[in-house]
Amino acid sequence: MDLNLNAQEEAFRDRVRDWLAHNRPVALHQRGVVDGKTWVQRAKEWQRKLYEAGYLALSWPKEYGGQALDPMRQAIVSEELMRANVPGVIGSNAISMLGPTLITWGTEEQKRRYLPKILTAEEIWCQGYSEPGAGSDLASLRTRAELDGDEFVVNGQKVWTSGAHIADMMFGLVRTNPDAPKHKGISYLLIDMKSPGITVRPLVQMNGEADFCEVFFDNVRVPRANLVGELNEGWKVANTTMVHERNWLGSSPQRLFDKLMERARDLRRGGIALTSHQLYRHRLAEMQIDVEAMRLHSLRLLSNAIHKRPGGVENMVAKLVGTELHHRMALTAMEMLGDYGTLGRGEPSALDRGVWSATWFGSIARMFGGGTSEIQKNVIAERGLGMPRSR
Amino acid sequence: MDFGLSEEQEQLKAGARDFLSNECPSSVVRKVMAEESGLAPDLYKKIAELGWTGMIIPEEFGGLGLGMLDLAILLEECGYAAMPGPFPFSSGIAASALKLGGSPDQCRRWLPELASGRLTGTVAIVEEADSLDPADIALSAVREGNGFVLNGTKMFVPYAHAADFIVVAARSTPGPEGLDFFIVEGGANGLSARILRNVDQTRRVCEVKFDGVKVPQEARLAKSAGLLDKLIDAGAVVMAADCLGGSERALEMAVEYSKVREQFGRPIGSFQALQHLAAELIAAIEPARSLLWYAAYAQDAGLEDVSRAASMAKARLSAVYSRTADQSVLMHGGIGFTWEHDIHLWFKRARFDDPFFGDPVFHRERVATLSGY
Repeated sequence: MDLNLNAQEEAFRDRVRDWLAHNRPVALHQRGVVDGKTWVQRAKEWQRKLYEAGYLALSWPKEYGGQALDPMRQAIVSEELMRANVPGVIGSNAISMLGPTLITWGTEEQKRRYLPKILTAEEIWCQGYSEPGAGSDLASLRTRAELDGDEFVVNGQKVWTSGAHIADMMFGLVRTNPDAPKHKGISYLLIDMKSPGITVRPLVQMNGEADFCEVFFDNVRVPRANLVGELNEGWKVANTTMVHERNWLGSSPQRLFDKLMERARDLRRGGIALTSHQLYRHRLAEMQIDVEAMRLHSLRLLSNAIHKRPGGVENMVAKLVGTELHHRMALTAMEMLGDYGTLGRGEPSALDRGVWSATWFGSIARMFGGGTSEIQKNVIAERGLGMPRSR
Repeated sequence: MDFGLSEEQEQLKAGARDFLSNECPSSVVRKVMAEESGLAPDLYKKIAELGWTGMIIPEEFGGLGLGMLDLAILLEECGYAAMPGPFPFSSGIAASALKLGGSPDQCRRWLPELASGRLTGTVAIVEEADSLDPADIALSAVREGNGFVLNGTKMFVPYAHAADFIVVAARSTPGPEGLDFFIVEGGANGLSARILRNVDQTRRVCEVKFDGVKVPQEARLAKSAGLLDKLIDAGAVVMAADCLGGSERALEMAVEYSKVREQFGRPIGSFQALQHLAAELIAAIEPARSLLWYAAYAQDAGLEDVSRAASMAKARLSAVYSRTADQSVLMHGGIGFTWEHDIHLWFKRARFDDPFFGDPVFHRERVATLSGY
């Protein structure tokens, strides 16, 4: 047990902190504040800047644009990015999900072709998994890909595809063998979003934004070279992605908690700050304990990764615990705000520029995105605790 | 950076699990439960031979000189086994009281005896009000000649009936600064202990009366100032470790049962109602383990947020153990309500652990105060 950074790591952290202090984006390119096109462009510039400074995908192999550093360096960067309160990275889904999948399963050609452009944000990716009939039961997906010479011909539909309208490429799952058992007939394909036959239709979400989309495939031709892993082995390949997605979604709740505390200190009922109001005080303390538990738990998982310990069920709980905590914090904020919680962005009387209702909407999306809490619990029970299969 | 156990600590844990499964199965626990004293002297002798009783006692006083994290690892296993006897209270809490508050002479007098396992000690803080607030401590210490006279009653003192010494919190002057700690020897005149009939029979707690007990000047702990908070920190980690091990065991029993018990033609563990419950319980247990490790490490490394870390661990693990034990009994259905089935041992132990050295409300309040709100 040792929570200290070594001298090199400390020096590295100071360098990152210093760089962020001098290079943070001046105008926060918030969506809704600027138009969609400008936002995408600025977000790409910001990612490229981070990459060129050496602060993206530090643990990837050098030949594909990484630096082959240990996960500790990546963790230091993530911590500093959070502390500096800078915008997220537009290509984060590809960096955290597709990248590790390609590094594990991709051909040499695929790695060289795709990985560097993921990092520079030259290519933005979307994840084509869910379908109208395949949500939690993802393996029942029906988007069909038939081999025709050196090409697949893809027909079908994806849905809830975040960012499909701005994506250059999709990593997706398609059915290549309809006669095999459902997990055995799926393949993992990389699809150019500019291919003829693709139609993208953004869906307006409950928060008023239109980020997730329907994607329709009408005889879309995809080169066979875009198959990742073996034909019909896509489920295995996708599981790499999902493991990484879970780590990604269970990100640190510290910043949200700090904002919540700040708000609670300012809100008064009968002259008493909510931080002194016994009911809220104890709920806040309880959430502070949750936040600290998540921080330490992440350190534990990181340590397992650094020191190559396999770990057990502790690896499986982060997404569930993290997203439920995020939701609990958002809900507590809404309750503390009372009627003010009902005010949206753009309303002058809204507290904190209406961020809390947006956070509340977002917290709902986190709980089903990347596998619902219920699916997480199935996995924890069956794979983590060894309980008999329910299906 | 490594937030994890060392190889030695993993071995300590595995060794303790192995030892207790042989030496302290539930048949042994039940035998000790049925005895008046609840001491398990044979088991105590064996753990002393393993060095457990001197785990956190410095080497110069005959112990192993290890830290709270090492002790917490052992205590987790004791919780897993529902081990009876004074070990956590003597080698964890009383040893901490002397280490943190004793003069070199006081340490020399008592710590080697604790380390060897020849003697046991205990700590007496709460009174009728069942409160760790200094304002609720009234037992009086009045100076007389070259010493003090103690008068008052302590409640819920673990194994006081058999302790060779009791470290007692007493009031020498009014106000929060007026707390002192004294070492009172087991056979002192005017001292009497009555075992309380409690539901967790793996533990013995006493009402202890101090009726004009005379102690010499040297019995006053040298460093009494601020000791109460440090003892709460130590006690919180000691109890939280038991909560962790007990939670693991209760859930493990429920999960194992769910694999073999069949209803509607299939094992009940294949029903999502039980799967999701079990998943929620383990999803609470594992992050709480991280809190405990950090709290223990904070004491060993002398970190600034040591008290807050201790309170976070105890607040969370008390609640986790209570819920896990309740739900684990329920997952067993009728069989879980029988005396014959072992699950009630942990169910009742969770109830003991929850308030002892501060319940979740006490520790949440402490977290809030220490965090400046």
